[in-house]
Amino acid sequence: MNDKEILDSIKKIVTPYTQRKEGLENFNEETDFIKDLEVNSANLVDVILDVEDEFNIEIDNDSMEGMLTVGDAKNIIERKLASA
Amino acid sequence: MKKRIVITGMGVVAPNAVGLADFEDALRKGTSGIRFEEELKHLKFSCQIAGKPQVSEEKIAKYFTPLQLRGLNSSGIVYGVIAGTDAWKDAGLEIQGNESPDWDSGIIFGTGILGVDKFREAINLIDAGKTRRLGSTSVMQTMASGISAYLGGILGCGNQVTTNSSACTTGTEALLMGFERIAAGKAKRMLVGSCSDHGPYIWGGFDAMRILPSKYNANPTEASRPMSTTACGFVPGSGAGALVLEEYESAKARGAKIYAEVLGGAVNSGGQRGGGSMTAANSEAVVRCIKEALRFSEISAEEIDAINGHLTATTKDALEIENWKKALKREDFPYINSLKGMTGHCLAASGSIECVAGVLQMDKNFIFGNVNCEELNPEISELVSEEKIPRKTLKKPINILAKSSFGFGDVNSVVIFKRVMK
Repeated sequence: MNDKEILDSIKKIVTPYTQRKEGLENFNEETDFIKDLEVNSANLVDVILDVEDEFNIEIDNDSMEGMLTVGDAKNIIERKLASA
Repeated sequence: MKKRIVITGMGVVAPNAVGLADFEDALRKGTSGIRFEEELKHLKFSCQIAGKPQVSEEKIAKYFTPLQLRGLNSSGIVYGVIAGTDAWKDAGLEIQGNESPDWDSGIIFGTGILGVDKFREAINLIDAGKTRRLGSTSVMQTMASGISAYLGGILGCGNQVTTNSSACTTGTEALLMGFERIAAGKAKRMLVGSCSDHGPYIWGGFDAMRILPSKYNANPTEASRPMSTTACGFVPGSGAGALVLEEYESAKARGAKIYAEVLGGAVNSGGQRGGGSMTAANSEAVVRCIKEALRFSEISAEEIDAINGHLTATTKDALEIENWKKALKREDFPYINSLKGMTGHCLAASGSIECVAGVLQMDKNFIFGNVNCEELNPEISELVSEEKIPRKTLKKPINILAKSSFGFGDVNSVVIFKRVMK
């Protein structure tokens, strides 16, 4: 799975939780889930669960804490996929 | 001077109809909302019938955002949000934009237990060691105040937003609590009501107590028989009712439709003494509650035209009538009816759904007929002349209506409504 495919998947997952839809127009690795997309912080755990289901991986609490941007998420996913 | 408080909006999600227009039609025709439930049969319930509002996925999608719909598995919240939002819109009130809430509007929306299906989901995950898979929605769908919290967020209310709980008096009590808050000058408008989840985890405990009818699984619409000789237990129901209470001045100023005035009411408890228990009412407390409601509302017993009773279709129906008789001390008796013949007992939602039914009668000048009461219980006909217990819907104006609800824990509530001359 290449970078673009992973980013597209993340975008699809995060869309229903996004309160600031403009943030989706310029969706890239720098996009911050809370600042740019205004995802309610309580919903971040739902995003993680959806990512886990989509990629069939498990994201532990430590990894989750470092997941502020789309790029962070992509890196974590790639790391987990490589070690799977 | 006492503040006048009126009803300017209503919403209802009942087993026999959803929405005011359909509900009015169902009341007039005596339409039953009791159906056979395959699930209850599968689970070996004695009583395999119940009252469950018919709400489609499309309908639900109109009241919740796509995000709110994700993992939504709390039928009480679904019913409560539909009824509450409908009442708000019916009152002609706006839904606040994002900037600032409406500080003068609050919510008291009760329930008995909320989100049992969601809670079951959580229990299964937790027991399987998968607590982290619960996601973020478990807490708000299972906290009792989830219903007022959902409505508060949807409508943008900035006054008191809370949930009360007092078994089957919950809805009527919520109305009186909202009334008191406006009377105290602490709010201009209060959305009041109550909801009850559906399903085996709500109804199972009652089935186990053997207080539900078990012989009507093949003919569900005949099972709920308030005041009848053959009354044999209450049919479990679910749903929600909601009413917007508003200062008369505020309602007048914005030209709102006024359904009726709330004169007042009373709540009390029999203390599980003097014949009262966890499950039975202390008659002295019931009589006091009725008298107190009249006194507070500054009306005489003679002025009551109609009563919408609690009347669940058990052997206690006659006792309820006897208590009214003692409290009113009248030669004749007002008209009296029970909604439960059509909807079953909607538990925590019953009080609010029945308040909506009662007020609709006042607004549209009718008294709905008691269904499944062809043979009146002789203990009741000894107390009240048969014509006061209509079996068919009557065309009749009601000036003053009394509504009572009683609940487990020996709790009572009575509210008095008055027609407002147009």
